[in-house]
Amino acid sequence: MYRSHVLVCGGTGCTSSGSLEIIDEMKKEIDSLGLTKEIAVIKTGCHGLCALGPIILVYPEGVFYSRVAVTDVKEIVNEHLLKGRIVKRLVYDETIEGDKLKPLTETDFYKRQHRIVLRNCGVINPEVIEEYIGTGGYEALGKVVTEMTPEDVIQVISDSGLRGRGGGGFPTGLKWKLAAGNDADQKYVCCNADEGDPGAFMDRSVLEGDPHVLLEAMAIAGYAIGASQGYIYVRAEYPIAIERLEIAIDQAREYGLLGKDIFGSGFDFDLGLRLGAGAFVCGEETALMTSIEGNRGEPRPRPPFPAEKGLFQKPTILNNVETYANVPRIILKGAEWFASMGTEKAKGTKVFALGGKIKNTGLVEIPMGTTLREVIEDIGGGVPNGKKFKAAQTGGPSGGCIPFEHFDIPMDYDNLISIGSMMGSGGLIVMDEDNCMVDIAKFFLQFTVDESCGKCTPCRVGTKRMYEILDKITKGQGTIEDLDKLEALCYYIKDNSLCGLGQTAPNPVLSTLRYFRDEYMAHIVDKRCPAGVCKDLLQFVIDPEKCVGCTLCARNCPVSAITGAVKEAHVIDQDKCVKCGVCYEKCKFNAISKK
Amino acid sequence: MANVNIKINGKDVSVPEGSTILEAARLINIKIPTLCYLKGINEIGACRICVTEVKGARSLVTSCVFPVREGMEIITNSSRVIESRKKTLQLLLSDHDKKCLSCIRSGSCELQDLCNEYGVDDENYYAGSTNKYELDYSAPHMVRDNNKCILCRRCVAMCEKVQGIGVIGANERGFTTHISSAFEMGLGSTSCVSCGQCINVCPTGALYEQDSSAGVIEAIADPTKVVIVQTAPAVRAALGEEFGYPIGTNVEGKMVSALRKIGFDKVFDTNFAADLTIMEESNEFLERVNNKGVLPLITSCSPGWIKYCEHYFPDMTENLSSCKSPQQMFGAIVKTYYAEKLKLDPKNIVSVSIMPCTAKKFEIGRDDQAASGYADVDYSLTTRECARLIKKYGIDFNSLADEEYDNPLGTSSGAAVIFGASGGVMEAALRTAVWKLTGETDDSPIDFTEVRGMEGIKSATYNVAGMDIKVAVASGLNNAKTLLEKVKSGEETYHFIEIMGCPGGCINGGGQPRVHADILNSENVRILRAKALYSEDAANEMRKSHDNPSIKKLYEEFLEKPGSHKAHEILHTTYIKRKINEN
Amino acid sequence: MKSLEELKAIREKMQGQIGFRSDSSTGTRVIVGMATCGIASGARPVLTTLVEEVAKKKLENIQITQTGCIGLCQFEPIVEILEPGKEKVTYVKMNSEKAKEVVERHLVRGQVISEYTIEKYIK
Repeated sequence: MYRSHVLVCGGTGCTSSGSLEIIDEMKKEIDSLGLTKEIAVIKTGCHGLCALGPIILVYPEGVFYSRVAVTDVKEIVNEHLLKGRIVKRLVYDETIEGDKLKPLTETDFYKRQHRIVLRNCGVINPEVIEEYIGTGGYEALGKVVTEMTPEDVIQVISDSGLRGRGGGGFPTGLKWKLAAGNDADQKYVCCNADEGDPGAFMDRSVLEGDPHVLLEAMAIAGYAIGASQGYIYVRAEYPIAIERLEIAIDQAREYGLLGKDIFGSGFDFDLGLRLGAGAFVCGEETALMTSIEGNRGEPRPRPPFPAEKGLFQKPTILNNVETYANVPRIILKGAEWFASMGTEKAKGTKVFALGGKIKNTGLVEIPMGTTLREVIEDIGGGVPNGKKFKAAQTGGPSGGCIPFEHFDIPMDYDNLISIGSMMGSGGLIVMDEDNCMVDIAKFFLQFTVDESCGKCTPCRVGTKRMYEILDKITKGQGTIEDLDKLEALCYYIKDNSLCGLGQTAPNPVLSTLRYFRDEYMAHIVDKRCPAGVCKDLLQFVIDPEKCVGCTLCARNCPVSAITGAVKEAHVIDQDKCVKCGVCYEKCKFNAISKK
Repeated sequence: MANVNIKINGKDVSVPEGSTILEAARLINIKIPTLCYLKGINEIGACRICVTEVKGARSLVTSCVFPVREGMEIITNSSRVIESRKKTLQLLLSDHDKKCLSCIRSGSCELQDLCNEYGVDDENYYAGSTNKYELDYSAPHMVRDNNKCILCRRCVAMCEKVQGIGVIGANERGFTTHISSAFEMGLGSTSCVSCGQCINVCPTGALYEQDSSAGVIEAIADPTKVVIVQTAPAVRAALGEEFGYPIGTNVEGKMVSALRKIGFDKVFDTNFAADLTIMEESNEFLERVNNKGVLPLITSCSPGWIKYCEHYFPDMTENLSSCKSPQQMFGAIVKTYYAEKLKLDPKNIVSVSIMPCTAKKFEIGRDDQAASGYADVDYSLTTRECARLIKKYGIDFNSLADEEYDNPLGTSSGAAVIFGASGGVMEAALRTAVWKLTGETDDSPIDFTEVRGMEGIKSATYNVAGMDIKVAVASGLNNAKTLLEKVKSGEETYHFIEIMGCPGGCINGGGQPRVHADILNSENVRILRAKALYSEDAANEMRKSHDNPSIKKLYEEFLEKPGSHKAHEILHTTYIKRKINEN
Repeated sequence: MKSLEELKAIREKMQGQIGFRSDSSTGTRVIVGMATCGIASGARPVLTTLVEEVAKKKLENIQITQTGCIGLCQFEPIVEILEPGKEKVTYVKMNSEKAKEVVERHLVRGQVISEYTIEKYIK
């Protein structure tokens, strides 16, 4: 029996900061002190507070060490694990007050969170199936195949109000019901683990931290609709997730939790892994299935819908990782329990990936209906560096921005759509006064143009033209006619594209136009970028009153655009200036301004 | 199948369940424009031209694939729809090489037609960056110009699904998507079989045959050259379409007249050589049957099929008939027998063919196709090139009086003319083979209707002289694949198989006049053209190849008998085994 | 695994381990002095015994931690028991045998063993 568990985060974020080396070092140090039998070192999934990684949690005290380096390990082992003296300088400042430890669950970041999807992330070792079982894993599957009928399962999921977490928000129970109602000699259960939205890593954390919850949920889904085969389509850019899934599937098969005659019920179900190859469009339902079939990943027109004719033309359900992760708990704790959280039309919780200009970047799971203000100020710790909040982008390249006027909006599917945005998969990027909204729209369009599959005309050519107009505007060459053309093009692309990628590609543009039209006008009419981002509209100017002639700027200018004698005011030649900003950063006298 | 009640443009109509909006609209004569849609071949909803409004739908829907439901209300021509179609066209134009004046498709381009219909008044409205592609001239039979491609994917669908080959497809993605082959190989380096079916379904000027008319014009102008032209059976049934005649009009007489006016020294008929082919091939068939030779014997007049066999079924090249195709046999006879007769030096003979085919351009360059020491055929022009030539020479085709072919290589039987339709070669061969087997009587059977028609695979068994002869006919290479796999696995046994590379046979060849997709989607062009040939056959007094007096004379004077040593030297050829995507 | 019983067995086996990894601000804390003086006087076997006994008896809501020097060096090894709502109990001069008793009589049956407490010694 171990007296202490040391949980080291092994998610992608912390791993890239060296957490695997930390684990090795820790084990070595513990070994050398003869404590191996007393202290367990466990690699877990992501805790969510990624801004503070690498993260180590020591139990039973519940000490949260953050930003740990390999060089800190010796001290932690010797001082804390051996002698019981907590290494205060490494403890997350919000969990320690003087000498007293505050539980993690009481910190601002965690106290409003309701971790259902992420309940095992950061707690168990995802590569040991027994640990998953130890938290109640596979009990739901057991209950389903021995006590419930497929109709019962679908009823529970329907009653719970669970809606798709990948962005569409389609009622999960209804989706399963439709597929269950179609007869075929073979049906399929698919999982969309392609997670292509830039900045989104909710699914990744679940796959890396708790892969078994997905396997269990898919088996339950297979039972509900009458499928014996499932596929997890995971993007190749998630190697850790792939490895953990492979291990999990092997272990589940060994225990007979996947394969033939699960729990002796006669129900067969097995899973295969399929890797993506770098195409965002393969996160689209029909493109994903076409890709699994071995074809070029391009979407197909619907109807027929996948519930009727999906993978290999058979009835198929496709759900997002996060949607599935809710299923086992709903089965065990009941539909009412799940429906008691959230809003009237959106039940349960949502995992958000907080990024951008926010103090606590990372992963949070909060009940539907939590307001944007709560997410950003209470949980996220607010906008750093004293800057003012400008907008939050949700839904990635398919979504829109939420400006300050909607700061108190309760976040759920319908509310966000009503203001011109969408929940999307959960990416939430915070922007402050230093972000240019036109530039933001251009950034998302760049992504969409790159990822368009090329099948239909509106998206293949239209998004490119949208991007070119935005580029013109950011370069100060845009006209009012361009803006009209852009807007009309947006509505056309929304109305005519074949799939969701094209249909939602104009959203960032339309949304920023709706709330920040003045910024567009400034770029077009005044040839000015109010946020000071668009390089071609920037001028770096030296204030002759403030300049002392130290020559630091001139010496650092890469194109020799600054002239001036020593101790005399310097001047920037605007024609030569490439707007790199080095002089602005170097000047110690605040004499250079960005206009 | 039950019907559903829907409303289109305010009109109530009852249509079969499962119909698409496009089909339903057609039933009440409402035309919805399409561009990428090819019925049964390319139904992908990609171009977005056929969009219509459906009440309650989130966005516009593509009528070519959207199924109707009870109570659906559809509007096909609201301003929202029309504006959308116009924008789609403008976007297509923004990355299109708009050189209509010098484009081969000007006047028959489906994109151009739609731009006119939808009143596109500014082709540069969405001007921006464009893709610039180099033209692919690597294949001997055709050119691909991706600067004019609108990515409708009709060519890909044709090659992949109908021909079962799939040597072209979309490369890259998004704005830089383009149609090409694996690893950007030039078409000439791949195992493309030159069937040209992709050309037939291309809506714009992106795909077209390599034009060989320059050499022909030069030869005609050269007084030292004797330029002899032969015309394939299928050409006469379709050439008229290039001059406004209804599909299926037989313009043989005018065609001969036009070719004479262009200046060919002799205008002969490939049909003559078709009869010759039957003589040689039926002899070969009976020899294999009697001497336990390799069976089934498979016809060899379709060079697209031959190349396909060499790439994809190399271990069945022994089954191929060693006979050259009628085009090649004709050229061989012209530069040997005919040259001798007229005391011409074959060096000065320029042998030209008018073919419904693009693979013939590949065939003339094959090994073993120079019986006289000079190429059997020097230039092969498609029906389309022939029409352009006629127009270039300022000939008013429609006002020409009918003329007859020159002799002796212009005489042919009804069996010869039906070569142009799928099943025609088989029927022609059976007319002679059965005649041979049943005592060579005058009343031997003429019509073998079981092998006629447009199904992809047909088969029949004929009991002749106590023997059950099992025959099969396939057209379109995917059908050929299906048939041959059954033969290879032993599931089916046949004695004699006719395979044509093009679905429906030569009347649907890759060199035939192009037909607007609207017509392809609604009418059976193949049946209409084939009908012209079967009518000519029925009207001919001489219906069997062996009755052709010019053929008899040829053997008497020159070849001795079918399968003779001389015949083998001049009229037979060899095949090679090829790899896939290695040329 | 063919039955739910097997699943349950594994769960129970792991329960202790996983349950360990949660913030239990409620529940009893058992604090063992593990500074140099503590270790030198034999605190480690005390700690190990406490851990083993608690696991054996499947006691829930008990958190066993170490601490540094408490200051009463001559009384090491020291074990403090903090139960919510009750006064802190400090056991001194502990060894493995006494540790076993503390678990059985104090933690299980709720009886303070006054002979082992510091009050006894100071008196």
